[in-house]
Amino acid sequence: MATTSTPLSASIVEPTIFELSSPGRLGVTMPASDVPETALPPKNLLRSELPLPELAEVDVVRHYMRLSKFNYSVDDGFYPLGSCTMKYNPKINEDTCRLPGFLYTHPLQPIKTVQGNLVLMFDLQEWLKEISGFAGMTLQPAAGAHGEFTGVLMMAAYHKSRGDSKRTKMLIPDAAHGTNPASAGMLGMSVVTIPSDARGNVDLKALATACDDTVVGMMLTNPNTLGMFDENIEEVIKMVKDCGGLMYGDGANLNALLGIVRPGDLGFDVMHFNLHKTFAVPHGGGGPGSGPVGVSDRLLDFLPSPLVGIVEGGDDDIPPLYGFVTPKQSIGRMKAFHGHFGGGLVRTYTYISMHGPDGLKAISQFAVLNANYLQARLRSTYKIPYDRICMHEFVAEGSFEGSDVRALDIAKRLMDYNFHPPTNYFPLIVHEALMIEPTETENKDTLDRFADALIKIAEEAKSQPELLHDAPHITPFGRMDEVKAARELVLCCWLPENYETMK
Amino acid sequence: MTYIPISPNERDAMLNTVGVKSLDDLFDAIPQKHRFPELDLPPALTEMEAAALLNDMATTNENVREHLISFLGAGAYNHYIPAVVDHMLRRGEFYSAYTPYQPEISQGTLQAIFEYQSLMTNLTGMDVSNASHYDGATATAEAVNLAFAQFRGKRKKIVMSPTVHPQYREVVRTYSQGMGLEEAGDDATADLEVGPEALMSLVDESTMLVVVQYPDFFGRIHDYTKLIEDAHAKGALVCVVANPTALLMLKTPADMGADIVVGEAQPFGIPLWYGGPYLGFFTTKKSYVHKMAGRLIGETVDNRGQRAYVLTLTSREQHIKRERATSNICSNQGLLALASAVYMSTLGKTGLQQVANLCYQKAHYAASELSKIDGFGLCFTEPFFHEFVLCCPKPASEVNDYLLDHGILGGYDLGNDYPALKNHILMAFTEMNSKQEIDTLIEVLKEME
Repeated sequence: MATTSTPLSASIVEPTIFELSSPGRLGVTMPASDVPETALPPKNLLRSELPLPELAEVDVVRHYMRLSKFNYSVDDGFYPLGSCTMKYNPKINEDTCRLPGFLYTHPLQPIKTVQGNLVLMFDLQEWLKEISGFAGMTLQPAAGAHGEFTGVLMMAAYHKSRGDSKRTKMLIPDAAHGTNPASAGMLGMSVVTIPSDARGNVDLKALATACDDTVVGMMLTNPNTLGMFDENIEEVIKMVKDCGGLMYGDGANLNALLGIVRPGDLGFDVMHFNLHKTFAVPHGGGGPGSGPVGVSDRLLDFLPSPLVGIVEGGDDDIPPLYGFVTPKQSIGRMKAFHGHFGGGLVRTYTYISMHGPDGLKAISQFAVLNANYLQARLRSTYKIPYDRICMHEFVAEGSFEGSDVRALDIAKRLMDYNFHPPTNYFPLIVHEALMIEPTETENKDTLDRFADALIKIAEEAKSQPELLHDAPHITPFGRMDEVKAARELVLCCWLPENYETMK
Repeated sequence: MTYIPISPNERDAMLNTVGVKSLDDLFDAIPQKHRFPELDLPPALTEMEAAALLNDMATTNENVREHLISFLGAGAYNHYIPAVVDHMLRRGEFYSAYTPYQPEISQGTLQAIFEYQSLMTNLTGMDVSNASHYDGATATAEAVNLAFAQFRGKRKKIVMSPTVHPQYREVVRTYSQGMGLEEAGDDATADLEVGPEALMSLVDESTMLVVVQYPDFFGRIHDYTKLIEDAHAKGALVCVVANPTALLMLKTPADMGADIVVGEAQPFGIPLWYGGPYLGFFTTKKSYVHKMAGRLIGETVDNRGQRAYVLTLTSREQHIKRERATSNICSNQGLLALASAVYMSTLGKTGLQQVANLCYQKAHYAASELSKIDGFGLCFTEPFFHEFVLCCPKPASEVNDYLLDHGILGGYDLGNDYPALKNHILMAFTEMNSKQEIDTLIEVLKEME
């Protein structure tokens, strides 16, 4: 592993927080101790040095302000990243999640001192059940993948509780997110990949062949990552259930279904939500997410513990007492404490309360309209391999006959037009995939500008392909040497070697 | 309230372009009998009404800044957070961005997380840090996954000290239920007074990982050097679950020879928030980097010769490796890794050392005064950092109820997890506890009947 870093060029590159450090410089300091002094532990238990940066507050603020300007975000502009649902994050949610009553409550406080939190969690469990059509709900999972793992653990526990020990196969369509097979892999299950048919549905013949008494279940994203709602969904679910399997729904694409259809009504047994997609919890540059999981009746007893429940009934004068309950055959605890309360649950509660039933339905209607509008505008310029009415997203091919321009080049060139690129090279079943999800929070002008940019780029691909190969041009940074990063593995930095004697 | 910026005229023009008559016509693929369910939800509120509703709910709680004096820790700590931290987190450029898969327009997140990785390796003394896990408990479970992958399933035993946080042990059990592991040491009825070396009687040639906590769940500071040396002699890896505030003062787990150091970084700039979201940190030796889960950011250059950062070694991850990935983790705690980096930068070396010293001083003053009260005493004699076990003359639950009646959030009732410790409370102290608060605690306990 290399220990030297590349020297700063005379460019906009921002020094690291370690390079900005100066011996003896003070930031925020603490009050003097107000208690009689106790000797520290013996020296052999103490660390010899603490090699952390020393900066003034203004240094810190300017450092992070400069860094923030190197980011493109939803607050900056259009971010049509397929399957990520990069919608606008309402500002009121940033305020409600920081109310002192939420910020400063400890997860182990007695329940009678945190009834506000518990009512919020109880209501949210009920609302998410109503939205999705499930009988039970856990708010504990920290993210979508964590919710998937929770769901797969419950599926395994269900079969085990029935003494059905030969079920080891998880059926997963070829269009699935990587987290699906990885979640099944964490339990040592074998993954059977089910192909998609020409209309982007699950291939029923292949499914029939795979369905037998060794099937744990099927993990299906619906609408799938092609943006297609499976036209045979009821038959798919019936086939999986007829062989004794359970049906897992990946809720990554739920933004298409609010008030449109409830996965529980279709016969799904378990589904995770991505509150950071569907319910406008900001993505935070990678997280935190929040991944509640809903289940049908037959998985109720296996939910993680604890859940929020009513532990003492109320009457006309006294509200009920909310607290924690443990399902009978619970798979156990998925994380410490109660889930992503402040960041995920409070924001989601705020968001749902401002939408109501009609507002939620409008979200999905317009998410689907926006995707179809873009698809219609791009159809004559880009090949759409699965071309029918899409749901909240669609997939185009980022390549042209007789041209060496690739999806990656188109994605990078879009940055020069001040757009975030779509997801590219996913799903794996589409050649040079560009997966476009506009969300409902974009207006027609933005969609038109984006479509115009993509059409212009298609022309550039023919007339000036090098313009695309070298893109982006107007961003502060150009394309990265990823091979160097992986080969040299410089994964952290330190204070300069002569730090103590410098300055 | 709606956030949809499309007028009725624009909607109609768009429907026309798509070639359908109405919004509902877009949903013909949905089975008709389940299409458009009536959702039984409260009617929509305006922003003003929602703000008032949420404020009402929040004020129903009693919080540790306005209502209660708190000595509750046990994995979540009430520390001061400099104003700068939240001001930086509120930058939409940071919080409304996605995972930095497009490095040309994500250098802000990438450099900030690279610096977070650097701060964590300098703090723990380890070689590499990933970009975060969900929390300390799941980071601990991921250490088990790393060890399992390292031994390719040939070693299947983990030895976990009973003085690792009870909820972390629970999460490890949940995570590992499909792995066919043998688990030893995770026994709340074990002798809790013996030193860490006692765990060695459980470590053998089939052991892949030993897990200990530092300071342990009871606040005790153990030097694990000998245990780690002995475990290595048996070929096992050792994971230390560490409190980051304590690491500001204490010998690093790296100096003791630890292979993996994980923990909960909530104390570094993240509010209590009723338990989450928090920040699991994960650091290890460079030899295990390919087996480590989670995202990693590495330094490189762009095609203009500028220093820059990218996600690297992504071939370990689920989106490439699918069912053969070490872990399924995708979303992590990016924004909170930023919070902890801003926290560490703003306090800096001096401020951080002050925080650690204040925690230590307040806890030791309280311990000394509490042990003077009739019937109360310290349960253990080992050195401690900012938490200790208080032995009470009656059940901890009764003592805590009594304290709550006096506006004091007592410590954690250890009888919840350890049958032998029904009369024992885990008390935590931070820089937020003034001498006056501690003296109030002493006075109130003196008057307890």
